[in-house]
Amino acid sequence: MKPISSVNGRAYPLGLKNVDTDIIIPAPWLKTISRSGLGKGAFEALREVPGNVFDDPAYAAAPILIAGDNFGCGSSREHAAWAMADLGISAVIAPSFSDIFSGNAFKNGLLAIVLPQAAIDRLMEVAQTDNIHIDLETQTVTTPFQDRFVFEIDPFRKHCLINGVDEIGLTLKSSDAISTYETKISAQQPWLTPNIA
Amino acid sequence: MPTPQTLYEKIWNAHVVEQRDDGTCLIFIDRHLVHEVTSPQAFEGLRVAGRRVRRPDLTLAVPDHNLPTTARLDGNGQHVPIADPESAQQLEALERNAPEFGIAYINATDIKQGIVHVVGPEQGFSLPGTTIVCGDSHTACHGGLGALAFGIGTSEVEHVLATQTLQLTRSKSMEVRVEGALGPGVSAKDVVLHITGVLGASGGTGHVIEYTGAVIRALSIEGRLTISNMAIEHGARAGLVAPDDTTFAYLKGRPMAPKGAQWDAAVAYWRSLATDAGAVYDKVVTINAADIGPSVTWGTSPEDVLPITGIVPDPSAFADPSKQDAARKSLAYMGLTPGTRMTDIEVQNIFIGSCTNSRIEDLRAAAAVLKGRKKADNIKWAIVVPGSGLVKHQAEAEGLDRIFIDAGLEWREPGCSACLGMNPDKVPAGERCASTSNRNFVGRQGPGARTHLVSPAMAAAAAVTGKLTDVRELTT
Repeated sequence: MKPISSVNGRAYPLGLKNVDTDIIIPAPWLKTISRSGLGKGAFEALREVPGNVFDDPAYAAAPILIAGDNFGCGSSREHAAWAMADLGISAVIAPSFSDIFSGNAFKNGLLAIVLPQAAIDRLMEVAQTDNIHIDLETQTVTTPFQDRFVFEIDPFRKHCLINGVDEIGLTLKSSDAISTYETKISAQQPWLTPNIA
Repeated sequence: MPTPQTLYEKIWNAHVVEQRDDGTCLIFIDRHLVHEVTSPQAFEGLRVAGRRVRRPDLTLAVPDHNLPTTARLDGNGQHVPIADPESAQQLEALERNAPEFGIAYINATDIKQGIVHVVGPEQGFSLPGTTIVCGDSHTACHGGLGALAFGIGTSEVEHVLATQTLQLTRSKSMEVRVEGALGPGVSAKDVVLHITGVLGASGGTGHVIEYTGAVIRALSIEGRLTISNMAIEHGARAGLVAPDDTTFAYLKGRPMAPKGAQWDAAVAYWRSLATDAGAVYDKVVTINAADIGPSVTWGTSPEDVLPITGIVPDPSAFADPSKQDAARKSLAYMGLTPGTRMTDIEVQNIFIGSCTNSRIEDLRAAAAVLKGRKKADNIKWAIVVPGSGLVKHQAEAEGLDRIFIDAGLEWREPGCSACLGMNPDKVPAGERCASTSNRNFVGRQGPGARTHLVSPAMAAAAAVTGKLTDVRELTT
């Protein structure tokens, strides 16, 4: 994962609640066996509507998306995070995220930032005309108008994002602990190994 | 005396390999189900990094999302090629990756093939008290057996393949207690649709839900799987039902379930998992079964639920301004006018299937309504897609296939099918479908398709009348 510590730029003021992963990337796009190139299919149904924010030149290549409650609900498809990253989005700000999307975003260095609805309303306003700045180290979202919103983030995720940690590599350092667990559990619950063959 | 614990806490604690100071835990994964859509990039990641699969013996691969539900073998017993080159490529990738990494693979023409969430329980691969993951959000389904089961993304699929663990933080716990007894025509699907309406699409976010109460205890395993399956539709990380005698009777003798003395030891352990008296959930929601009728969705979020006796809501009646906006957009997409009776809405398509409702009991419920009846003339497309080859076989042994075919419905091969339309089974733009699946999202069943989520019996009733129908009018 590439390290990420800040994001600065325009933000798509989407604002919708319950943006599901079928909206972010519809199923026909999931037939790929690669992680790249999904930006073309991102928000396909929304982009069919004339005047949508994604095709408004004012927001061209915006690195931030602002949305409503429960962003990324639905399917576990990581293609949603890949599609957004491919579209050039580095951060989403919303009042809440689905658990799976938030995990998928994290794995791809895409910031999923939770702020209360009042902050979202203010940022939606600023996004019409100006840039928004996100700083991961200080956990703040700021605007050129002295707005300053502090967000929470799991310390482990923050560390991994800022340092671009390879999570599998990190876990593999615990291989001995995993082996110990496996030995203990196969003695206690021998029936746990399925009769697959 | 030890602190009383919930079912979730017991399963969680039994799987902690390591706990870091910040509370993040390395959690051991007992079962990993793999399908063709969310795995190719994970296997590729392993190849690039030169990593192997740590526990192929805990991993089971089966194709389901892309497979056409039409005949898979021609008259000469030869494989029928898959027309869509991208679907074919994805299926071939799984067929290649599974043996390369030493993983057991159920192929498309094996009678055991089916939707991962039907195959796991049916084979006894999914067991109470285990942690189960799959790159699919409906993995919560297996919680119906008392397993801590949840969907993961592809990076996590790769992480589990490589390490058999996940780095996780503990979720909050919620009890959803359904008291009383279900009325006629009300099924597990209606219960879970109703729960989703009450909690909202994000009501369970950050939580693992344990479904309790007399209604849940009285349900069969098929019904419990249906409820837990849709835990994700109210935002929960996972759903759980405490294992009991119903669970053990369902699992006993299944091919991958423990046998002999090991079975007895397993049952003794599973019995110890029930939530202790005095254990505290972070949140408790109580629902009275008397409030649950045959249910149907009107909008494009699974929270948009009404009893079939209801009317299409007026968006301005919602208190939350963002919900008003969402409801307006939903109604425009659905082509519905506020005030319309749900029973006046015509449908053109019927889909009976999906990991929510494709088990034998679901097919029996649909067949009971369709027996001796015909589909209405305005129904253009009606398919029944069994959840697995074994469900199909069982249904045929019971003559259910004849009932469907005589009623004018198509009897198909198993797979995910029109639930998400990755295979050729799609609902045309602008048309409605009474569907037993789990999501009514915009474009879910095909671009522009309009989905009304219902139970199998309600889908069958809609097939008969050609519109959304209160199944009680056909059965009582």
